[in-house]
Amino acid sequence: MERHFQQELESVKTTLIKMGSAVEENIIHAITAILERDEALAKKVIANDDRVDTLEIDIDNAIVDMLALQQPVASDLRFIIAAQKINNDLERIGDHAVNLAESAITLMKYKKLESLLEIPQMVPATKMMLRYALDSFILLDSQLARQVLETDDRIDDLNRSMTTQVIELLKSDKKMIEPGLALIRISQNLERVADITTNIAEDVIYYTQARVVKHHAEEK
Amino acid sequence: MFETLYKSSPVSVSHETDIKLEAKNVDAFFGKTQALRNISFSIQKNHVVAIIGPSGCGKSTFLRCLNRMHEVAGGTMTGTILLDGEDIHENDPVHLRRRVGMVFQKPNPFPTMSIFDNVAAGLRLNGMAHKNHIAETVERSLQQAALWNEVKDSLSKSGMSISGGQQQRLCIARALAVNPEVILMDEPASALDPISTAKIEELIYELKKDYTIVIVTHNMQQAARVSDETAFFYLGEIIEFDNTKKIFTAPSIKQTEDYVTGRFG
Repeated sequence: MERHFQQELESVKTTLIKMGSAVEENIIHAITAILERDEALAKKVIANDDRVDTLEIDIDNAIVDMLALQQPVASDLRFIIAAQKINNDLERIGDHAVNLAESAITLMKYKKLESLLEIPQMVPATKMMLRYALDSFILLDSQLARQVLETDDRIDDLNRSMTTQVIELLKSDKKMIEPGLALIRISQNLERVADITTNIAEDVIYYTQARVVKHHAEEK
Repeated sequence: MFETLYKSSPVSVSHETDIKLEAKNVDAFFGKTQALRNISFSIQKNHVVAIIGPSGCGKSTFLRCLNRMHEVAGGTMTGTILLDGEDIHENDPVHLRRRVGMVFQKPNPFPTMSIFDNVAAGLRLNGMAHKNHIAETVERSLQQAALWNEVKDSLSKSGMSISGGQQQRLCIARALAVNPEVILMDEPASALDPISTAKIEELIYELKKDYTIVIVTHNMQQAARVSDETAFFYLGEIIEFDNTKKIFTAPSIKQTEDYVTGRFG
């Protein structure tokens, strides 16, 4: 006989997966809106964020109920702790999708840029990190989660390079201030999304292996 | 999914400091029925150890082996139990039970005695006759059991006249009066309401400064709240013994995980 509590845990996991899919779709749409100058798609991303916020509150409420009523321990406790953090992480990624969509709309006010500098390289890496982080949670695959952690440094490097290049661009062409700042915002938002995917991966490792890997805790 | 998490070693707490009690290869029987199999683990001084497990797993039997009450109930045991490094079977059981006191599931004050006499009974049995000394010890014991303030004006009333929770603390005071080193508690709060239970749990926390405590409980949250280490027993065997935090966040043995999360069976 399956426990009622087990069904509640499964329900939270299903809702988190649903939320993860919605957030991933918003990130992909926001990026597409930037690359293809698609204003309608950018506006759709902004509108869709409400759905993510609603799911976040649903999951928060379910977690509070389980903590109060079930007093979970061991792997159930670790799942709930991880789920609470991942819930928060996904909501923040949703907010970054909105920021990206807003920057896409800003860029559309200006003529198409010949180069988006490092963004074409940041996009596939960030998308992959998000995909792997979500898959690692769905499959409870700590190896996949560790791959996410290994990719983050590359995004950080690209973000730094992007900032340097935009500053150089602005020095030579003052008319580029607003699109230049939009490019920096896009780069920073992609970098933040990548950072948050590492948090999700860390929570998956905590849940599956009871190991704390954040802040290089394993090396200390 | 958790394969890498689980290990096969059942006992993983390292004991570098004072060991108060140590079980070595303990087997216990009721007639031909074996109730405990090869139980080995040590209990540190001034620690609280909780023993958890389903009904019939041998946890109460083990507790009763620690002060040789198991043999009073007609049982037998093999293996060794050491108290401060000395085999408990090499000494007088009455003397042992003075050092290793016990509190039972149901409060059992002596029904014909007053509150004062309930606490003083053990002292008198042990030959203490000095009235002032007895009065001092009764007060100290009732204070240690967090009952003094509630009964100090009614010490001559019957031990049965107070609430169940107070009766249980009276039994703890009675156990403390003879100045034991170890206190065994067999489901001490299972017959009590939540407020009395909370008082007993607070009391356990206070008492471990002076005593070593072994508590058998069916209430896993209670084990989690009060103990430093937890032993999980199943079918007469010790499945896992580890720090309580470890047992309730990341147990090493899958059977323990299944039991504490309620997936057992």
